[in-house]
Amino acid sequence: MANLKEVKQRITSVSSTQQITKAMKMVAAAKLRRAQDRIIKMRPYSQKLTSILDEVVSAMGGELEIAYAEQRPVQNVLIVSMTSDKGLCGAFNSNIIKATVSLIEKEYKGKNVTILPLGKKAFEFFTRRNYKTKTDFYEVFTDVKYDEVRTIAEFAMNGFISKQFDQVVLVYNHFRNVATQDITVEQFLPMGGVEKLASKKITTNTDYILEPSKEYVIRDLVPTALKTQFYKAVLDSNASEHGARMTSMDKATENANELLKELKLMYNRNRQAAITNEILEIVAGANALEGS
Amino acid sequence: MIQLTIITPDLKVFEGEVSEATFPGANGSFQVLNNHAAIVSALGKGTVSYTTKAGKKSHIIDGGVVEVKDNKIVLLAEKVID
Repeated sequence: MANLKEVKQRITSVSSTQQITKAMKMVAAAKLRRAQDRIIKMRPYSQKLTSILDEVVSAMGGELEIAYAEQRPVQNVLIVSMTSDKGLCGAFNSNIIKATVSLIEKEYKGKNVTILPLGKKAFEFFTRRNYKTKTDFYEVFTDVKYDEVRTIAEFAMNGFISKQFDQVVLVYNHFRNVATQDITVEQFLPMGGVEKLASKKITTNTDYILEPSKEYVIRDLVPTALKTQFYKAVLDSNASEHGARMTSMDKATENANELLKELKLMYNRNRQAAITNEILEIVAGANALEGS
Repeated sequence: MIQLTIITPDLKVFEGEVSEATFPGANGSFQVLNNHAAIVSALGKGTVSYTTKAGKKSHIIDGGVVEVKDNKIVLLAEKVID
């Protein structure tokens, strides 16, 4: 059995670790709130954009030709893999990396795959191994801003248009709630749902003037919608990260608590045993003296 | 009075009543006054200006789209510089 001093040392070390995990949990909670705020703030924008897009599409009357929706035989693939910059957030990063690797090894086997890591963890993983990467943007998560995210989306979109990539896929953690993140593999390009868009019936009877022309407006709106979609995924991943960290730190704090309980029990038991021993010795000594 | 809302994906830049607003349309700037016809217009890079009770204000935007309908204007800007 461990001696008193050792147990006491362990108690101090566990409780100081617990303080750290508690603080990290609190920080993650605050960051999560900010991340969720961002999602809420962008909602009016994306809703309005969708509604305008619907109006314009219905005004087009089904003749829709969008370069971003062009289906080509898939040979060159870009996978955008979104992780976090820092660890200590449970399986958040390893899930994404696993999902990305399985995409490369199964679905896109034999294809020319480029990986665009976002977040330091993915960057470190994929650059250290023999993967083809594009690493200009991996630092987005230090400060998530639409303006920066937009350039990443534009890179992917330009790559698609210039036939550098035939397909662009996003791999990220979808934020379901604080405790649950869903690994999501989402096709970014070619754009899906165009047929659905085109077949939408006219919903309003407002007759819009479209300036400068229908075609121009749609050509302008579609990229914006795509960029918004990309931004949404990044925000989602960001919120998920803080949610995951919060949950895992909460669990760590709980575990530390349990460990402390056990250690305290052990400490007290040891202390008792020591005292009993001492008394025994004294009594035995006294007895011996009496006997002589 | 016209209800004007300017939003970017990051924040709401302005929301309030204006008496007129001028936008940098893709083919030249245009002004929206009371009871303007419903319009959806793509915007280029340029200055958006509007007159509120407190006076004239302006922002520089980097592209976007504006919708005008029933005296309500919604401007979706990708980026507002200042």
